[in-house]
Amino acid sequence: MTITVTLNGKRITDDVAPDLLLYDWLRQKGCLSVKCGCETTNCGLCTVHVDGKPTLSCAMLAVRADKKTVTTLEGLQEEAIEFGGFMADEGAEQCGFCNPGFIMNVLAMKEEPDVYTWTDRQIKEYLEGNLCRCTGYAGHLRAIRRYLAARQEGMK
Amino acid sequence: MFTAGNYVVAKSLEEAYQLNQKKTAGILGGMLWMRTGKRRYSTLIDLSALGLDGIKETENELVIGAMVPLRELETNETLRTYYGDAFLEAVRHIVGTQFRHMATVGGSLFGRYGFSDVATIFLALDCTVELYHAGEVPIETFLAQKPDRDVLVAVHLKKTPCKVCYQSQRITETDFPVLTCAVSRQESGWVFAIGARPSIAKRIENTLPYAPTAEEIAAFVAHADETLSFDSNMRGSEEYRRHLTRVFVRRAIGQLMEETR
Ligand SMILES: Cc1cc2nc3c(=O)[nH]c(=O)nc-3n(C[C@H](O)[C@H](O)[C@H](O)COP(=O)(O)OP(=O)(O)OC[C@H]3O[C@@H](n4cnc5c(N)ncnc54)[C@H](O)[C@@H]3O)c2cc1C
Ligand code: FES
Ligand code: FES
Repeated sequence: MTITVTLNGKRITDDVAPDLLLYDWLRQKGCLSVKCGCETTNCGLCTVHVDGKPTLSCAMLAVRADKKTVTTLEGLQEEAIEFGGFMADEGAEQCGFCNPGFIMNVLAMKEEPDVYTWTDRQIKEYLEGNLCRCTGYAGHLRAIRRYLAARQEGMK
Repeated sequence: MFTAGNYVVAKSLEEAYQLNQKKTAGILGGMLWMRTGKRRYSTLIDLSALGLDGIKETENELVIGAMVPLRELETNETLRTYYGDAFLEAVRHIVGTQFRHMATVGGSLFGRYGFSDVATIFLALDCTVELYHAGEVPIETFLAQKPDRDVLVAVHLKKTPCKVCYQSQRITETDFPVLTCAVSRQESGWVFAIGARPSIAKRIENTLPYAPTAEEIAAFVAHADETLSFDSNMRGSEEYRRHLTRVFVRRAIGQLMEETR
């Protein structure tokens, strides 16, 4: 089946099998930041943005991405490096395996209309679908708080 | 993960229905549950192009399309106006934000999952399920039926003024629930729906008056679990579920009486 997808700003037309997962297609296209961490749609490691929405690429068919815009970490290098800096400063990672999916979901979260007024609980709930098996998420939360504060400061 | 030979974006409900009459075909909702199986589908039927992904308000109803994602139930302002935080509370524990952007109302109800928070909340409300072939059926009738080859088109929520309270018990935040409880209080009386028993949500038969006395509440709570069957599984025992039912029912009555004081 033929699909046309805008992947990280580039229009790509491709022929795919009806049951090919978006996750597998993205890796075929060289987006190796997209990883599969579970078989149960629980871990969030495969998160990409589809038309701006955080989406589990392990649970979406590539055919369903037809005529859509898909963004992976490779397409958001600058934003990822900026937020990654706050993660590093707060010692928020150990092995780093969960980072790509986590960062993609934080970058989606920052577009929520009232995110700057969110409580810690709202932030944690938004990110509940991203599992980290090394840390206790405390560093993640500090990093997000500092990142949001810096962005808000930058908007003034 | 399933495999599939063909994929069709249906151009009409009639086309989707006809394609789905073949036993080996399958309708794609969000595909989160389908993904957990290993079935071979001859044809996957996608309803995405049929405009079923919105919540529409009419004079007497809110019509929730089958392809509305659970995240929309959580964030939709119209639902919040009529039902407060009940929908948010019902779905916020389901896996994660990304997941809830994908899982649909249609897939959640059609599967009649025992653990379903989604089935529990709708069962406590005045609503019907619109099926392409069978037409509109009351939600309690729909949930009691076995899945067939029909197409779920929408859920029709009647704009019956009511207050709703949703509670669930989980071992960890995003796990399947041990028990779910949705209670609505409307002028015609109370509706109590208990799910994850661990089988599909059911209503508690009740005759609790709109403004019960303390004695009537105590008597009802004491027997709340008796009209339903419960079972044990790896998440909790039958006894624990009965206990939770009584606690949740008492809390919900208290909260809803307080809210309408
Ligand atoms: C890991 C995991 C954890 C979960 N935890 C919870 C939880 O805690 N609480 C909860 O309530 N739910 C939970 N769920 C269920 C989830 O919320 C959805 O209800 C489920 O994924 C089905 O929705 P879907 O849109 O993905 O449907 P699909 O997987 O696409 O479809 C499910 C079934 O319904 C059929 N179908 C889909 N749409 C229609 C339609 N319009 N008409 C006719 N048939 C249709 C499909 O053919 C299929 O048989 C969980 C699911 C998973 C995978
Ligand atoms: S790989 Fe775990 S949720 Fe997609
Ligand atoms: S840092 Fe190792 S899984 Fe998150």
